Amino acid sequence: MIISINIIENGSLKFVDKRHWNKFKKRKINFVALAIIVLLVIIAIFAPNFSPYEPLAQDYEKILLPPSRSHIFGTDNLGRDIFSRVIYGSRITVQIGLFASILACSLGLIQGLIAGYFGGILDTLIMRFTDILLSIPTILLAIAIIAILGPSVNTLIFAIAIASMSQFTRVVRGTVLYVKEYTFVLASRAIGQGDLNILFKHILPNILGPVIVLATIRVAGAILVGAALSFVGLGAQPPTPEWGALLNEARIYLRTAWWFTLFPGMTLAVTILSINILGDSLRDIFDPKTYYS
Amino acid sequence: MEGFNITTYIIRRILLAIVVIFGVTLLIFLLVHLIPGDPAAQMLGPMATTESVARLRESMGLNDPLPTQYIRFIKKALVGDMGRSFRSNRTVVYEISKRLWPTIQLAITGVGIAFILGITAGIIAAAKKDTWIDSLVMIFAMLGISVPNFVLGMFILLLFSIRLGWLPVMGYGTLRHLIGPAVSLGLLYSAIMARLVRSSMIEVLGMDYIRTARAKGVPNRVVFYKHALKNSLIPVITVAGMYLGVLFGGTVVIESLFSWPGIGRLAIEAIYARDYPLVQGVVLLIATVFVFINLIVDLSYGLLDPRIRYE
Repeated sequence: MIISINIIENGSLKFVDKRHWNKFKKRKINFVALAIIVLLVIIAIFAPNFSPYEPLAQDYEKILLPPSRSHIFGTDNLGRDIFSRVIYGSRITVQIGLFASILACSLGLIQGLIAGYFGGILDTLIMRFTDILLSIPTILLAIAIIAILGPSVNTLIFAIAIASMSQFTRVVRGTVLYVKEYTFVLASRAIGQGDLNILFKHILPNILGPVIVLATIRVAGAILVGAALSFVGLGAQPPTPEWGALLNEARIYLRTAWWFTLFPGMTLAVTILSINILGDSLRDIFDPKTYYS
Repeated sequence: MEGFNITTYIIRRILLAIVVIFGVTLLIFLLVHLIPGDPAAQMLGPMATTESVARLRESMGLNDPLPTQYIRFIKKALVGDMGRSFRSNRTVVYEISKRLWPTIQLAITGVGIAFILGITAGIIAAAKKDTWIDSLVMIFAMLGISVPNFVLGMFILLLFSIRLGWLPVMGYGTLRHLIGPAVSLGLLYSAIMARLVRSSMIEVLGMDYIRTARAKGVPNRVVFYKHALKNSLIPVITVAGMYLGVLFGGTVVIESLFSWPGIGRLAIEAIYARDYPLVQGVVLLIATVFVFINLIVDLSYGLLDPRIRYE
C-alpha cells in the first residue's frame, strides 16, 4: 500500500493516527530537531526580547571584536553585535522558509489536482510546463525571476516559490492518479457528487501525507536557496540582517574575523539540518515510495 | 501500454526533450519582455534621446508583434546567435565560451568527487547496515545535505586556506585552486549519492535472487559486489541525473565565492549589469545541458535494465 491509510472515525478522515506518533517517538533525535525549530520560531517572533543590542546599531569603537562576554558572537566591521543580527535574521529566514513553501505548495497543489483529476489536454499542458520548469535548476530559475523583478525579500519568496512549485505539482499529480481509482472515490462519483466536492472532500485529505512531507523538506530547500541568493546579493539587501547577506558581508573579513563567518554559518547549517532531520522522519513515517516517482 | 517498443520510446523521449527546450526558450524570451521598461532604453542608458531609443527599437525589431519576435529569436538561437551583450557589445556566445572551460573543470571535478565518495560511502553503509559505521556515514550524509555549499566553502577557506595555509584563498589557475570550490560543490552531491546508493543497495539485497545466490553457496563478497551492486546502481544513475541540476545551480554561488571565472559567476555579473541577452544565454545553456544529460540518462536506463517497461 503506497498511501498511508486514513482511519475513518466519527465519519471524518483522520490524518494522523497513533501509529504515526509511535514511529515518530522512536527516534530521539526528532525531538532535538523539533525543539530547535520551535526555538527558532520563538526567537523570530520575540527577536527584540532576545537580542542584547539593536541589530543595526553601529559602534565604531567596537569594530571586529572577537567573541567576548558582552558580544558572544563578536562584532562586525561596523561594530554591530553579530549575535543580535543573527537573532533578527531568523525573522527573515522563517519568513522565507514558511511563505515560500506555502506558496509553492498551494500553486503545486492546484496544478497537480487539476492535472491528475481531469487528465486529458489540461494534464498534458500542465505537465509539459512542469517539465520545462524542472529542467532549469531551482536557483537559476529563481535568479531569472529576480532579474525581472529586482532583488528584495518579497521577490525572493515569490521567486523561490515559482522555482520549486513544480516538485509539488509532480508529487500531487502522481498521488491523485492513484487515489482517484479508490473505490470510495468511484462510489462518490457514481452517486453523482460534483468534481469539486470529490476533489476537496475525498481526494485532498488523502494526498496530504506526501504533500506535507515534501513541504517540510522544501522549507529547508527554500531557506537554503534564500540564503544562497542573499549571499550573492540577489536577496535581502544590506543592512538587513539576513543570514546569507551577513555571510556575504563577512566574506571580506575572512582573514581577520573568523567569528563573523563561523556563527552565522553554523546557525544556518543547524537550522537546515534540523528541518531535514524532521523531514526525513516524516517521510519514513508516511511511507516513502510515492515521493520520488 | 500494449505493444510498447524501445524505438517508439526513444523517439518520444527525444521529442519530449525538444518540447522542453522550446519551452525554455519561450520562457527566457518572455524574460526580457516582462522586464519593466524598454529594453532599448535600458541598453542605451539614461542619457539616450527619444529618437535614438526609437531607432534602436526599430533595429532590434521590438516594434514587431511578439510571435514574430519569438520566431526570429528561435531562428537566430538555432544558428547559435543569442545576440550581443549589452555590457561589452561582444556576442553572447563569445562571452559564454570564454567562461565555459573553468565551469566544465569545476563541474567534472565536483561530480567526480561526488561519485567516488558517495558511492563508496553508500556501499560501506549498506554493507555495515545497522552498525555504528552505517550510522556514522549517514550522519555525515545528513550534514552534507544540510550545510549550504557556500557555508562549507567559507569554512574550507577559513580552515584550509587561512588557518593552515594549505590552499590558495581564491582565484583560478592551478590544481590547488580547484580543490576548495570542487569539494564545496561536490560534497552535497556526494551526500545525496551516498543515501541513494545505500537505500538502493539494501533494497536489492533483500530480493529473492540474492537469497538464491547465497543459497547456492556463492561467496558473500561476490554476491555483494557482482549481483547486488550492479543492479542497485541502475536507479541511482537516474536520480543522480535529476540531482545534477542542484550541482549546476551550485556553481552560481560557489564561483562567486571563490572568484572562479566560470559561467555561474557570469550569470550573477550579467544580472548586476542588467545585461539581459547574457542572462538569457546562460540560462538557456545550463537548461539545455541539463535536459540533454537527463535524456541520455533516461535512454541508457532502458539499455542497462531490460526489464524496464516504457510508457
